[in-house]
Amino acid sequence: MIHRQTLTQLAADLRARKVSSVELVRAFLARIEASQPALNAFISVTAEQALAEAEAADRALAAGRGGALAGVPIGHKDLFCTAGVRTTCGSRMLENFVSPYDATVVARLKAAGAVVLGKLNMDEFAMGSSNETSYFGPVRNPWNTHLVPGGSSGGSAAAVAARLLPAATATDTGGSIRQPAAFCGITGIKPTYGRVSRYGMIAFASSLDQGGVLAASAEDAARMLREMAGFDPRDSTSVDAPVPDYPAGLGEPLAGVRIGLVRQFLDQGLDPECERCVREALAVFERLGASLREVSLPNIPLSVPAYYVVAPAECSSNLARYDGVRFGHRCADARDLQDLYKRSRSEGFGAEVKRRIMTGTYVLSAGYYDAYYLKAQRVRRLIAGDFERAFGEVDLLMGPTTPTAAFALGSKTADPITMYLNDIYTISANLAGVPAMSVPCGFAAGLPVGLQIIGPHFAEQQLLHAAHRYQLETDWHLRIPERFA
Amino acid sequence: MSAWETVIGLEIHAQLATRSKIFSGAATAYGAAPNTQACLVDLGYPGVLPVLNAEAVRMAVRFGLAIGARIARQSVFARKNYFYPDLPKGYQISQYELPIVAGGAIDIVLEDGSVKRIGVTRAHLEEDAGKSLHEGLGSLTGIDLNRAGTPLIEIVSEPEMRSAREAVAYMKKVHTLVRYLEICDGNMQEGSFRCDANVSVRPAGSDQFGTRAEIKNINSFRYVEKAIQYEAARQIELIESGGKVAQETRLYDPDKGETRSMRSKEEANDYRYFPDPDLLPLEIEAAYIDTVRAGLPELPDAKAARFVGQYGLSAYDAGVLTASRDLADYYEAVVRAVPEQPKLAANWVMGDLAAALNKEGLEIGSGRLPAEALAGLLARIADQTISGKIAKEVFEAMWAGGESADAIIEAKGLKQITDTGAIERAIEAVMAENPAQLADYRAGKDKLFGFFVGQVMKATQGKANPAQLNELLKKKLPG
Repeated sequence: MIHRQTLTQLAADLRARKVSSVELVRAFLARIEASQPALNAFISVTAEQALAEAEAADRALAAGRGGALAGVPIGHKDLFCTAGVRTTCGSRMLENFVSPYDATVVARLKAAGAVVLGKLNMDEFAMGSSNETSYFGPVRNPWNTHLVPGGSSGGSAAAVAARLLPAATATDTGGSIRQPAAFCGITGIKPTYGRVSRYGMIAFASSLDQGGVLAASAEDAARMLREMAGFDPRDSTSVDAPVPDYPAGLGEPLAGVRIGLVRQFLDQGLDPECERCVREALAVFERLGASLREVSLPNIPLSVPAYYVVAPAECSSNLARYDGVRFGHRCADARDLQDLYKRSRSEGFGAEVKRRIMTGTYVLSAGYYDAYYLKAQRVRRLIAGDFERAFGEVDLLMGPTTPTAAFALGSKTADPITMYLNDIYTISANLAGVPAMSVPCGFAAGLPVGLQIIGPHFAEQQLLHAAHRYQLETDWHLRIPERFA
Repeated sequence: MSAWETVIGLEIHAQLATRSKIFSGAATAYGAAPNTQACLVDLGYPGVLPVLNAEAVRMAVRFGLAIGARIARQSVFARKNYFYPDLPKGYQISQYELPIVAGGAIDIVLEDGSVKRIGVTRAHLEEDAGKSLHEGLGSLTGIDLNRAGTPLIEIVSEPEMRSAREAVAYMKKVHTLVRYLEICDGNMQEGSFRCDANVSVRPAGSDQFGTRAEIKNINSFRYVEKAIQYEAARQIELIESGGKVAQETRLYDPDKGETRSMRSKEEANDYRYFPDPDLLPLEIEAAYIDTVRAGLPELPDAKAARFVGQYGLSAYDAGVLTASRDLADYYEAVVRAVPEQPKLAANWVMGDLAAALNKEGLEIGSGRLPAEALAGLLARIADQTISGKIAKEVFEAMWAGGESADAIIEAKGLKQITDTGAIERAIEAVMAENPAQLADYRAGKDKLFGFFVGQVMKATQGKANPAQLNELLKKKLPG
């Protein structure tokens, strides 16, 4: 069955002309269509365009041309701007917004020959941990459709887990790649801040947002990331450093690699079954020759409060441009300018987005700025310092991605704080800007559990390598929900 | 009535003369059809990001160095958040806590000729907003975002000016400076150079500041003077009649010649400044500063001092001639052609030429009368080919027709008569025609000497060399 193959295999088969891109695209489009009522992973499916791109890819491959991903079907989280195809950000505000340009990530994957099947569902403006804040309805977890897939990249994760696509783009501001990867039993990587261009990636919190990949395996993620990463002169925060050939660097032995288990991640909130899976995974790494020790990052408990000051502050400013004047939702029959602003924004944004805009506006206000925003920035530096010290002792940090496996739809929507605590293990990597992954490492009561691997700045290669070695020893990443097998 | 002192600080906004905008590649040229020079970044489209224009940084550094300020090795762009239709992102990218230029001073010359130093607190880089258009749209307001993202440098003075005149002198000096530095075209009608004035009054001798009002967006020197005068008088009258000045933003209405309230302190926006996470802190290397410093032109004060020393001009004349770089360059080009006559050149450039330009509303750089052409005229005065009086006639012809001084002198036969014989013959003819006056003169009516000078000049169409004529008349009239 085509859909069970990894992106790596598909890319090779396409190049060997064992399969055509049109065949692949047809097969995956059929799966997408069949899954949509149950999963709601897509906001837009671009079947016609995808088939045209697939035909072009087949012609290129037949002529011996085509990029590294020629003919490979992928999808984009619906906050990457795509020229000619609407980009909604999961919001009513942008329900009908068609970008006039391609995001840099979109353009690079297009240049590599990837074929886009559609735009994936997500929490509104990437604000959420369950994909329940989407204006286009929640995405459901392929392992159990009563459960959430995680968020905000829930559509991307569910689609890859159900093998509606071999891989998809995603973004991670506080865990939005890793948490859904863990909940859906797939592999996700959030690169170093600045590694992947943010140009054309609709902003939530600019100093934390980072584009990345959700895929079936570390090797597949490496292939995607190689095409996406790199300096972009249109993003002043992107880093001008060479991009290693990630897939080529996989497979080195792990002997001598020093792994630190983050003590603060083994708190009372951690589900014992999840802890068991993580400890078993660490045992595998030890068998492979890595050394293991416990490491303390004392300021990690401050990461959630710091994050929920910094991220809303930036979001309150980033989302000011949605004012009903030039693009996006505009209220009907505005009486005057104030009315236009108030009603367009009140109607266009959902409750979680409004909550964060209000929180952010508050923490930046005169008289509160020092107490909240500046203090949060100081905490951020402390956390970055914790990581720096830890990486003086160990090469990689590991721990659980989430405190529990996927939870039921609607179970946390009433209390934002319990929802926010779901990101307790993932947020610190965003605050410090370091790269982090989530890799499937077992099942707790039949639901996937993620192992989180964190590295120093620009250590994507080491992360992918460790994850790949682990995946050579285990088959958790090859498990597919029965319904979609 | 007690004596009051006015306290003024200015915030000058100068648009930097970069070709593209401060954070995007769109053109900055003025006057294009609305919204044709606004790209996706200027429109604040979802997903777009700002990239700093290095040329704007260079220009700000030039300004900082020219006023002896510190150039921050690290400065930070911040977002100033507020909603307005001509502000597409809902925030303006500016600099707040860490501006690129801090500390500095500008010297102005007061009416009594003394020099006063005005401190410049800071100068920071920011983007301009778009414009709201109200004309021809009925009850609607149009938005033109061509100006959105145009680079500005905001120059903030200390509250050290004490009269509207001083404020105007300071603003003119800054205007001169930015044009010398070629960082701003200084076009005030197009809004390239405009200012906000902070005005307060206090009893003379007090060391406390009064409550200030900020008069926004004044775009001419004359309006600055009038707005400040009006505002100071308003505040004094208010206080003297028992009222209190409110801290508020006011607008100057040039038609009515008054300022009026725009919004009070209570209504003021909380701008929620914070560092822009899309832009890294701006780092400036010492070597870069040195390079910019090496490229600075001779600045107005240095040039004026040189003109006094090198050309023997008065401080006043040197000040006038160095008020713009074009004027100073023109003057020096004239002097190069007639090196012996720096003062004559100064008089002509500041006098007849300035008047002629002014009359037609032209700038010195318009090329209407090249320096070489004016020098050609001055050379003929210097070598006595024509008198100063005839020179004015020649100048007018040159201005009107564009021919050279020599060609006009030749064509109109204006060459001065220096031939003693010719002048003598003219004198003899005049004496013969006016026997009665001659008799009176010889009888002791000395005043008639002037009459004879006039008559001979008339007979020679003004061309007789005045000195020679005097001498010969003195010899001949007594008989």
